[in-house]
Amino acid sequence: MSAEATAINMAARASIWLKPHRIVLMLIALALVLCAAFFMRWDWLPQYWEMGLMGLWRSLWILAVTCALGFALAVPLGLAQAGGPIWFSAPAKVFCTIIRGTPLLLQLWLLYYGLGSIFPQYPWIRESWMWPYLRQAWPYGVLALTLSFAGYEGEVMRGAFAGVPRGQLEAARAFGMSRWKIFRRIWLPQAFYRALPTLTGETVLQLKSTPLVATISVIDIFAVSSKVRQDTYLTYEPLLLLALIYMTITGILVFAFSRIEARIPVKIG
Amino acid sequence: MTAADASNPGAKLIDAFLPASAAGIMELLSPVAPGWGGTLLVGLLHSVEIAIGATCLGLMIGTAGAFGKLYGGPVTRDLLAVYTTVVRAVPELVLILLLYYAGTDLINQVLTAIGYQRIDISGLAAGIFVLGFVQGAYSTEVIRGAILAIPQGQIEAARAYGMSPGLMLRRITLPAMLPFAIPGLANLWLIATKDTALLAVVGFFELTLATRQAAGVTKAYLLFYLAAGALYLALSLFSNLIIGRVEAWSRRGMPSVKEAR
Repeated sequence: MSAEATAINMAARASIWLKPHRIVLMLIALALVLCAAFFMRWDWLPQYWEMGLMGLWRSLWILAVTCALGFALAVPLGLAQAGGPIWFSAPAKVFCTIIRGTPLLLQLWLLYYGLGSIFPQYPWIRESWMWPYLRQAWPYGVLALTLSFAGYEGEVMRGAFAGVPRGQLEAARAFGMSRWKIFRRIWLPQAFYRALPTLTGETVLQLKSTPLVATISVIDIFAVSSKVRQDTYLTYEPLLLLALIYMTITGILVFAFSRIEARIPVKIG
Repeated sequence: MTAADASNPGAKLIDAFLPASAAGIMELLSPVAPGWGGTLLVGLLHSVEIAIGATCLGLMIGTAGAFGKLYGGPVTRDLLAVYTTVVRAVPELVLILLLYYAGTDLINQVLTAIGYQRIDISGLAAGIFVLGFVQGAYSTEVIRGAILAIPQGQIEAARAYGMSPGLMLRRITLPAMLPFAIPGLANLWLIATKDTALLAVVGFFELTLATRQAAGVTKAYLLFYLAAGALYLALSLFSNLIIGRVEAWSRRGMPSVKEAR
């Protein structure tokens, strides 16, 4: 029975794609791709693919680190705004407003050029262990992207924390749980489930923000494509390939998050 | 070294942040010639112009796209789905570069084909076109959702009165979807004001690029980036104020959420 049901399901899924107009559209798309493959210049690929892989790795690494750190920062930000006393909630709110009210590019340049121009003036910074890192560009990129993710996600987490029904927390307290245990077992997991759908969108937005680090000389995949464009005087080919790469990563991210979401109990609250 | 200049230890910069030399800050930020405040304000003006233009273009594309997605034929729907998916999956920076080069190239090729001379497309027009195209994809989804949120009976009633599609759009669908669309569209406006900063990468003179120039010349990096941040923030907060008014206006006559509870 279930095998039959799966077969019917698969047939239905296939028939969505096999409508006549879709077949025609897909053929046109295929023709366009083939045209691009044959009539555009791709002879630079062998020379640059190693660099491209390095850049891709750097982009993904920056994405993963900034999302993880940003989320870790967003939890206290959201918590402070949702249920903290005013001297916690007010600074958190100001932080989120500032981050969400100014362009990421400006924040990035503020950190890189602004802080970067101040640090070298202090000898104790130049002599400290941090200096080899502070001289490079990527720490500023990671910091800016982390703060940005924390700002946007902090606002989401505020709503998520506030959205957990009071009854759940009261029940936990009635069971004699300590505050930390309530937070760890009840409040945070339920808030996380609530925030998860928006987390997908935020992660995709973060992916789309990573190319900005190329403007402060971090060699990510975007910077590699810019280099190819400069070296070969090609306008479209590197950009089209770049767009394709980003679309693929977005697709993988959305798919992965939908799998995680599917595992979470639907009835919460 | 990072971009921080080793050659200039930035004694001036430190001065600018000592309370004693508040006059120095005012001098750097003053709107007349020796100061760079005027440059920043011109940049802000350009940013706002582009954001307004892009939002208007995006709204037009979005309205057409939403109607195409809801009432169009199968081919229109699929093409629009490709448009919204692709635009929302590719970084704005990449799209801006692609559309900037592709758009100007295309226009010039069309012009030469008709027999006109090649023209230089102004940065303003190109910026509005590029950001509007991106905004269009997002507004399509917002407006589509808002139209779907209109109680079905209202549209059926309009059809039953024999309204033409144009009249129905003008009198029923657009006004009725507005309260549902405004929060999303307001968000898009805020995104548009911040996305204008990306045009600095293709060399359009807006607030972020103006800031970069001012900071590069005076070496007072922190001061100018903070000033530009304050300008962007002021723009956002001011927009929020207006948006609140517009939202209240679009909800006039609807039962308030507070009373319903």
